[in-house]
Amino acid sequence: MANESATDLPAEVQSWIGQERYTEQTSFPIEMGYVLTTMSATQNGNPIYWEEKAAKEITGGWITPPTMVSVWFRPHDWSPGRTEPAVPLQLHFDLKAKLGLPEAVMSDNTIVFGEPIRPGDRLTTTQILYSVSPLKKTKLGTGRFWDFGVRVVNQKGELCAEERYTGFGYNRD
Amino acid sequence: MAANLMLGDVKEGQDLPVLEKLVKPVTVVLGAMASRDWRPQHHDYQFAVNNNGLQDIIMNTPNLAAWFERYLTDWTGPKGRLGRIKFRMKDSVYPGDTMQFAGKVTGVARGAKSTGWVDVKIELTAGPKGCVSCEARICVPETPDANPWKLKGDDWKP
Repeated sequence: MANESATDLPAEVQSWIGQERYTEQTSFPIEMGYVLTTMSATQNGNPIYWEEKAAKEITGGWITPPTMVSVWFRPHDWSPGRTEPAVPLQLHFDLKAKLGLPEAVMSDNTIVFGEPIRPGDRLTTTQILYSVSPLKKTKLGTGRFWDFGVRVVNQKGELCAEERYTGFGYNRD
Repeated sequence: MAANLMLGDVKEGQDLPVLEKLVKPVTVVLGAMASRDWRPQHHDYQFAVNNNGLQDIIMNTPNLAAWFERYLTDWTGPKGRLGRIKFRMKDSVYPGDTMQFAGKVTGVARGAKSTGWVDVKIELTAGPKGCVSCEARICVPETPDANPWKLKGDDWKP
């Protein structure tokens, strides 16, 4: 959507393109409690998440479902000493603020999965901005599309997933 | 849970079995909490209606992703390993809706070490509403001994 970046961007935003930002570690080791709650929420009986024998034979031990990757780096609703709510995908909110585009929607989300995430893993995430489009007029308003990604690696440096998002920040016309 | 699907059982154009599920308030709230999504439009009716202009609380995207995964692995069996997934959100899913997942195979290709890739397009609808379009790529075995979960490095290219 925003494959070629605009040339009229603020210098600070321009400097973010291709730069790794907001490198963060997950705040707790990966665990199976949320996995079983997700299995329950989706009524998913896949034995690799319920039966240790199946997990050993098929996945070499317990793993977490690939689509849960974003769960592990979503912040707690409250934590000691924090005065403002933490937001995931901080880069998206930075772009809204710096480009003066208060409204935003996410239009596309792609996740490519790599090494399975296992209980006890510590994950590191990095946000990368790939492009920001020129101003465009849509039915929502006038604004810019931006493409950015979140890379997730485990404690061995193995790539577990890369999420790609297309956001549209805009002012209502 | 189905037995493990083999690559030879899959043909382009093939329909996946349809899954239908009635959404209750607990479906929305449990899914949001399981995915650590604390935003109020997924658990607070008054906020959803009065602040966001919605008709009720709504299913959150990460939990819908988990539903798509469940739909796919119900079909492939536990050796099915998801490689890639892409969604486009079009409309909200509310309590009282019946979600219907309907998928079609759009491509089949050989992979490494006696495995293969299956591309699937899935539409999540609720009555007349088209809610989410999804494209997924999932790896399945070609032989009984093959196991997509053992692929690493250059053998895993989703």
